[in-house]
Amino acid sequence: MDNVQILTGNQAAAMGARICRVQVVAAYPITPQSSLMETLSQYIEAGLLKSEFIRVESEHSAMTVCISASSVGARVLTATSSHGLLYMHEQLHWAAGSRLPVVMCCVNRAVGAPWSIFNDQQDSISQRDTGWLQIYCRNNQEIIDTMIQAYRIAETVNLPVMICYDGFILSHTTMPVAVPTSEEVDEFLPPYKPHTILDPATPKNINPVIFPNRKINHEGVLCHAYMEFRYLLHQAALNARRVIADVSREYAQKFGRDHGGLLWTYKSEDAEILVTSMGSLTMELSTAVDILREQGVKAGLVGIRVFRPFPRAEVAEAFCRAKAIIVFEKDISYGFEGALSSDLKASLYETDIRIPIANYTAGLGGRDIKARELVAAITESLAEIKNGTNEPITKWLNCYTG
Amino acid sequence: MADNIFKINETEYLLAGNRACQGCGLSLAYRYILKALRENTIVTVPACCLTVVHGLYPTTAVNIPCLNCTFSTTAASASGLVAGLAALDKSDITVVAIAGDGGTYDIGIQALSGALERGTDFIYVCYDNEAYMNTGTQRSSATPLGTITTTTPVIAKTQGKKDMLKIVEAHNIPYLATASPSYPVDIYDKFVKAKRIRGPRYLQLSIPCPPGWIYPPKDTVKIGKLAVETGIHVLFEIEDGVFRLTGRSKTLAEKGKRLPVINYIEQQGRFKKMSAEQLDQIQSSVDANWEECVKRAGL
Amino acid sequence: MNSKIDDNICAMCGPAVAEAGRTGDWRDMRPVIDHSRCVPSVKQKPSCFLCWLYCPEGVVITGIPVKIDMEYCKGCGVCAEECPAKAIKMVQEGSVNG
Repeated sequence: MDNVQILTGNQAAAMGARICRVQVVAAYPITPQSSLMETLSQYIEAGLLKSEFIRVESEHSAMTVCISASSVGARVLTATSSHGLLYMHEQLHWAAGSRLPVVMCCVNRAVGAPWSIFNDQQDSISQRDTGWLQIYCRNNQEIIDTMIQAYRIAETVNLPVMICYDGFILSHTTMPVAVPTSEEVDEFLPPYKPHTILDPATPKNINPVIFPNRKINHEGVLCHAYMEFRYLLHQAALNARRVIADVSREYAQKFGRDHGGLLWTYKSEDAEILVTSMGSLTMELSTAVDILREQGVKAGLVGIRVFRPFPRAEVAEAFCRAKAIIVFEKDISYGFEGALSSDLKASLYETDIRIPIANYTAGLGGRDIKARELVAAITESLAEIKNGTNEPITKWLNCYTG
Repeated sequence: MADNIFKINETEYLLAGNRACQGCGLSLAYRYILKALRENTIVTVPACCLTVVHGLYPTTAVNIPCLNCTFSTTAASASGLVAGLAALDKSDITVVAIAGDGGTYDIGIQALSGALERGTDFIYVCYDNEAYMNTGTQRSSATPLGTITTTTPVIAKTQGKKDMLKIVEAHNIPYLATASPSYPVDIYDKFVKAKRIRGPRYLQLSIPCPPGWIYPPKDTVKIGKLAVETGIHVLFEIEDGVFRLTGRSKTLAEKGKRLPVINYIEQQGRFKKMSAEQLDQIQSSVDANWEECVKRAGL
Repeated sequence: MNSKIDDNICAMCGPAVAEAGRTGDWRDMRPVIDHSRCVPSVKQKPSCFLCWLYCPEGVVITGIPVKIDMEYCKGCGVCAEECPAKAIKMVQEGSVNG
């Protein structure tokens, strides 16, 4: 019998960390992450979670503490948003290059200048080249379930995982959340066994300076150089597609909830038009799909759950039967287009799928997005696609553009 | 091996054939730091000379586990090691953060202050060679007044040396000490003591550097001794708030006569642009600091 | 070529001497000990050993007589400078006395 609690996204994440028995938590306050760490502080100080809690003096140090604690074999957690994530950027690279299963919640928030405390996804999406896996959650149930899956994925592929969920929209909104027990989670999560050896019995030097070319060491082993380790990281990230799908399936079998693995679909089987997005915006889009269906438009939705590794093959399969694709995303790669749009187009390029794609940047700096606005945009784009005036340039939803 | 007349652990943890420069003060100091700390230790080292001395992949010259970290993070990296080991019930292992002056006084000061303030149970070592030596002798806030560096090449440094020891002392930690490779037994004794103390411990060493300070490698020990003989570097420890001079600084305060700083300054090419005014300023501040140390030591 | 291949997934390596190669090759001057002056040799008992204490490389081998590991001695000259008996001279590498 599920223990259903009414939780905010941040509370769901904190509860997830608790039932995963994290051993070291390090974080720095930032809106809208703060209540996640406050909840965890309560758990730890009340003895509900046995964990070291390092109240670091910056986000950069938060990630650093996670890296070294994970290196000696502790299961770790940190969380941040926006500028906090940007501040630890250097350490994101370091964690991935170290091949450590650090798990972090990114409570998505816009970045400055100028300041915004409200939601968009520019923060996490601009970290897509760091080697971190990225999973975008659409509701609070998915947050807690993804926390549990994340440790399993991270500790299997030896890569850090970023769990992204929209600031305020999910972090501060209450929803019913079924909470597994620690014992159920223990069955799903074997103890973490690090590949790094930091042990006085076997002295090793970890992550020193490395040459460009391979060298034979003092034991006659032909050792990797920088490029080989980068290749291994990339292969691990690619391999993670299969691991994420497997873990998601196994989780669904054990806990009865399936969030779709790499991506999920809604009313897509006979859809002529497919809309797509990541995170909580997919819920708004599913309402828009319902409205369009009532209007006689055969619309469907593809929710991209995993952004890195990008589900190249799954995307081709999911979109191939549509006549039009409309992408909505809360980010922009200045001077080009939205990141999701680019990755989607790149995935379709090597197939023979040539479907018109319209792309929208939406909700930057927390601008609210209503289902009817999405419906209006989709309708307009469909009309343009139909009369051949659709352009590949990014449109800005509900934004004054002169 | 003949009798150990110094009563020092004979094991060499810094292996021969490493990348330290000829006559490197850090190399000499590190031998004794590791002899005192022994096997049950994990060090964490940022990008600095010591990273290079530890060696490049795929071999290391140091027989102690080491976690490399980024430049600003040494004390935070140590905090994570302490936390992880505590979570795994392995807190008997000594965690040691070791960074240069750049990684301590400048880019690393925030993480250091945080780790000290949190009461982190670790040893922090600052090896102060008074510039960013690993990248080619650029000026740091630890560089003394009137020093030529590659970023103060014509005018020489116009600011005095930052008083890092006062900053650390303000964190009220259980143990703060200074040491020098010219006095290896003093290094050894202080690290043996530090290993036994719980809580944050900070040790700062004044490290002569032949290429950066511009003197022949054979003079490393001599220059380190002159730093102490002039009072430019004072050997002391503060243990639970009690200030004590140690070694040569102690005997100097009790019955010796301090040499004028010029004896130290004239040995090093890095000071050749120092003005008479700057020299006076240095002498005055060294005198004032010495008076304070002698007073605090109750001598 | 039958070398074993690296099985690490991150850069992690073990210790060995000569990480920088045969650092004895760095020398242009080499230390030569005059055992008629060297204190332990003269006294025929463990004593002094300041060369061992001050060697930045740890390549002085205490004993009677004291020896220096020339494979790795970098020729810095600290031992010669600090020897209280002036028993160590730095001579040109490859010269008659070297």
